[in-house]
Amino acid sequence: MLGILASIIDGVLVGLVYGLAAMGLTLIWGVMDVINLTHGTMIVAGMFGLYFLANAAGLPAYLALPPVLIGGFFVGVLLYWVAVHRMVGRPPLMSLLSTFSVNLMLVGVGTAIWGTALFNVEVSVPGISMGRYTFPGAHILAAILAAVIAASLYVFLHHTRLGKAVRAVANNREAAELVGIPTTRVLAFTVGTGVALAGVSGMLIGTLFPFTLLSGDGYQLKGFVVTVLGGFGNPVGALMGGVALGLLEGAITPFVPVSWTLVIEFVLFVLVLITFPGGVFARRGTM
Amino acid sequence: MSLLRLTRRPFFWIIALVIAVFVLAPWLGNNVQLRESLLLAALYITLASNLNLMLGYAGYINFGSIVFFGLGGYICVWLVNSYAWPLFASLLVAGICVSALALIFGLGILRLRGAFFALSTIGIVEAVQAFAENFTPWGGSAGIYLSSSIFLPLGGAARALWVLYFTMVAVMGLSLYLSYGIKSSKFGLGLLAIGQNEDAAAILGVPTPFYKALVYSASAFLPAIAGGIYFFKSAFIQPADAFDLSLSTEALVVAMLGGQGTVTGVALGAYLYEELRGYLLTSETFSNFQLVIAGALLLLIVLFFPGGLMGWIYNRFPRTQKVLE
Repeated sequence: MLGILASIIDGVLVGLVYGLAAMGLTLIWGVMDVINLTHGTMIVAGMFGLYFLANAAGLPAYLALPPVLIGGFFVGVLLYWVAVHRMVGRPPLMSLLSTFSVNLMLVGVGTAIWGTALFNVEVSVPGISMGRYTFPGAHILAAILAAVIAASLYVFLHHTRLGKAVRAVANNREAAELVGIPTTRVLAFTVGTGVALAGVSGMLIGTLFPFTLLSGDGYQLKGFVVTVLGGFGNPVGALMGGVALGLLEGAITPFVPVSWTLVIEFVLFVLVLITFPGGVFARRGTM
Repeated sequence: MSLLRLTRRPFFWIIALVIAVFVLAPWLGNNVQLRESLLLAALYITLASNLNLMLGYAGYINFGSIVFFGLGGYICVWLVNSYAWPLFASLLVAGICVSALALIFGLGILRLRGAFFALSTIGIVEAVQAFAENFTPWGGSAGIYLSSSIFLPLGGAARALWVLYFTMVAVMGLSLYLSYGIKSSKFGLGLLAIGQNEDAAAILGVPTPFYKALVYSASAFLPAIAGGIYFFKSAFIQPADAFDLSLSTEALVVAMLGGQGTVTGVALGAYLYEELRGYLLTSETFSNFQLVIAGALLLLIVLFFPGGLMGWIYNRFPRTQKVLE
């Protein structure tokens, strides 16, 4: 009984981080119908940000969060102007190709410099014990931070002027432009925020697991599943989708080899898309 | 349009001329180095023109076109190695199996539209790779090695390489004719209509889900055979090589570079890309940055020249549109 409870808690903890890792992807996707295929690499950039700030510059690990957030935002704005701006309103095929090609360049440069070596950041946070089971402190902290970030994003989108502008642009770009919202700047801001979220999630994942330059791919793929589970552009839906995925992984890991996990998640992706085209936890257009 | 009427079009003979050049150029001078370079070019043309059936005609991105190539390679190498099948029978069976699998997969995901379809093709890569790594008859992650005696039925290693080269050129030729044939058929018009506006196409009576599944399956057949030839030639296959995503990326770059939706452009793009790649791989500075350059090239095309090379040629010399498909 205790074992089941422990694995549920573990699934929730991991799932909250999955949810955070998907949040940037789903935000950009929901607002401008652009699937950011650099997302996984941006997550890895966050991990590397943590590595350099914590291991090389000697900063306490969690103090890497603000610089990664701010840096991620500027990288995102740059990404918008380089690869996304000309694609907005064109068929999704084109933005898939343009972000895909940027990703190719980033990964190419990254592997040329760092190769695919394993990096690790040691974080010591006291864990919480429950009978025979101990939940690592870093996991708990990452899950709490993920929930806090999702909540702040929700408050931002629903209760601030800029956030409402983002939702207006998501709803109808022309109409938003007509009522005087500078849509281009809002779009650039959204991509900036999406990439900043990716970076922060990468930074938090970096405190939990060792990583390589290519670790982001798996999280990006999970991000697709979480997005269709949670609905487009919905931060709370993303967290719930992430938790569902975390629980599912906890439930299937004892029975199937690890390499099949992603496959099962993708089958889920297809099934969800066919049965709930707007997401399980949210209706389309609620953004 | 019937096959016979196609032969009256000049473009039919242009393809025949290209094949003739591929066959004769290395063979006349017994030029082995040229043969190896043209083999790669033929492979790129095969992969890119079959990808183009999805990308250029129906407007659907298939990020996982490498699956056909890798799976075809696996089935062929496995049949040759474990059951001592002759090469050509294995190639044919590999092509048919992969095409049938693609049809089944396609029917499963055909209800997904646009970007979702593209994302699920990434899932298919994951699924097939996981299968190959866990399937013991295929040697798991260690792969399958072929003994050198497999070349004997083809008349020894030196002659076998020529036979394999000519087979690859034949597959390339078939790919070009397939692209051309589909483009001039009712099926092809239906696909182009899907690419323009899927809802409108469906309302006008194009059986969109079925056509999508069918073109997905059709685009699997020849790449699977090409995979069989390629891995039979290297006498070794393992999951990391067979499902190397960079090859399907390069196929995308090639199709976009030449001009999506055109037959000539894709062949031209494949040839140019192969030359560029050969140059980059041999140069000191760029050998590590091959994918970076492919990415930069793709970005520039997508941003500024979405029509690719053929788009530019059509614009510049409008009369070519009548001759070059």
